[in-house]
Amino acid sequence: MSDIAAALETRGLERSFGALRVTRHVDFRLEPGARHALIGPNGAGKTTFINLVTGALTPSAGTILLGGADVTALAQEQRVKRGLGRTFQINTLFRGLSVLENVCLSIGEHRGLAGGLFRPAGSHRDVLLAAYALLERLRLADDASRLVRELPYGRQRLVEIAVALGLEPTVLLLDEPAAGVPSAESGIIVDVIESLPADLALLIIEHDMDLVFRLARRITVLDQGAILVEGTPQEIAADSRVREVYLGERGGR
Amino acid sequence: MSDTPLAAVVAPPPHDRPLPEAVRLLARRHRPRSYEAIPWLVAIAGYFAFPDYLQLGAQVFIAILFALATDLILGYGGVITLGQAAFFGSGAYVCGIVSAHGWTEPLTLVVIGAAAAALVGLVSGFVVLRTSGLTQLMLTLIVAVMLGEAANKATSVTGGANGLQGMVISPILGIFDFDLYGQTAYIYCLVLLFLGWLAVRIIVYSPFGRTLTGIRESEARMHAIGSPVFRRRLTAYVISAALCGVAGALLAETTSLVALDALSFERSGAVVIMLIIGGLGRLYGAFLGVPIYMILQDRFAQADPTYWYFWIGIFLLAIVLFARGGILGLIERAARLVRK
Repeated sequence: MSDIAAALETRGLERSFGALRVTRHVDFRLEPGARHALIGPNGAGKTTFINLVTGALTPSAGTILLGGADVTALAQEQRVKRGLGRTFQINTLFRGLSVLENVCLSIGEHRGLAGGLFRPAGSHRDVLLAAYALLERLRLADDASRLVRELPYGRQRLVEIAVALGLEPTVLLLDEPAAGVPSAESGIIVDVIESLPADLALLIIEHDMDLVFRLARRITVLDQGAILVEGTPQEIAADSRVREVYLGERGGR
Repeated sequence: MSDTPLAAVVAPPPHDRPLPEAVRLLARRHRPRSYEAIPWLVAIAGYFAFPDYLQLGAQVFIAILFALATDLILGYGGVITLGQAAFFGSGAYVCGIVSAHGWTEPLTLVVIGAAAAALVGLVSGFVVLRTSGLTQLMLTLIVAVMLGEAANKATSVTGGANGLQGMVISPILGIFDFDLYGQTAYIYCLVLLFLGWLAVRIIVYSPFGRTLTGIRESEARMHAIGSPVFRRRLTAYVISAALCGVAGALLAETTSLVALDALSFERSGAVVIMLIIGGLGRLYGAFLGVPIYMILQDRFAQADPTYWYFWIGIFLLAIVLFARGGILGLIERAARLVRK
């Protein structure tokens, strides 16, 4: 283990639903600035792992550390305050609000302004401008005033990332960032992910192997709730156990 | 591009270029618009045009304030409620009981009624807001029914089914006595409605109000951006309850009577119907929905005294099926068509 604190780390993470162990002793380390993918067949426990890390689920045992600090006992929103951002596999946005306001909500929350009762939200011009700058960077500025629900699904996927970036996270969990987008249109999403700041630690949960091998510099394979193997894309591609899980009899697909 | 740290991207850019259109739109949204004067002009005109109906007018204002307060939690907060009468009735009863025991100054009575309702909101909100969907709906209903039954049983305090007797209300500010024609009541309720509307308007456009809308649109995303969802909702619930309490206290003061119907299910239900007719989560839905509901109720009851509720139901069905967003929603759509 290196001396620098990991951006995100789990130690002996366990989660059971009754007799079913869906997360089995996961020791996972996400380095600062990492481009790390988490893959595995259906039912491998990827979603449970994400929910444990974000705080949507409580682990049965084990520890979760963010930037070296133990956050296992912290609620979801406190983990966000400590730099943990996420996107959703299925668009989870403020559909009836404009793209710009979607991002304003997360920036306002991040800057601790969101509880304010008296000053109009629109008078926080720095928030508006920051949100707009973020949209420009993600090539969404032209759609800033449009309602999210009026956007094509692929554009909405970009808003997912924009809202998460408004939190200025140090760790960003991308839950199947290109899910539901035809592969012809997923290119822009890949471009955006590749252009994310180098100091941001990315954990990408993904089914699409092309995407994984394009984006990730490290890959962890989950199978039946446990880490099967971890390594560089080349190592994973060459690993016989991974092939067995994905292609063999036990594989889900 | 990937070398730019994130903080540099979301830092404000230099102020040397004109504001983007999208930014200007949001920055201007909270500014007052000319059409917002319409309800107040109508109300002032009504004072002179219908001198014989001022008492009724005061009751309309009270109903609008009640609906406006409900909109904050239902239309903006997305809390499904069929128990707003709990707060309305608490405000009315506490105001009436205190008044009957000798404290008769009307403005402080309103504050007392609001505080009582806020307390009911705080305590019940702790339970109600931990749930969602049908469970939440039933819990709001149960809170109101329980309070109604308590008021029914505690006859020595509330007068039970006979209603609370013996209220005395002093002149407002020691000058304006409540008169037979309802002139004082009309202006008094209009002023308090205006203050209540102002409060709701400020809240709705504040960052807090925007997060309420965010919670309504996607609770999961609000959690994911680090918003203390429960606390936000509870705050809104208490504010809404306090404003409902103001409306209840006004009813007690202007009629010198509090009856069990202040806590009734009909009142909780009617306010939701009024909002659906006018348009939920739109700040002005209450101003349209309440008068329309009252006029319809009057007309239908004349035409068909036994089954008027049936016709209200038919009308409501038509609104829900063909005019989502209520009358205001229709107007918005029409305006958009005209602009195109």
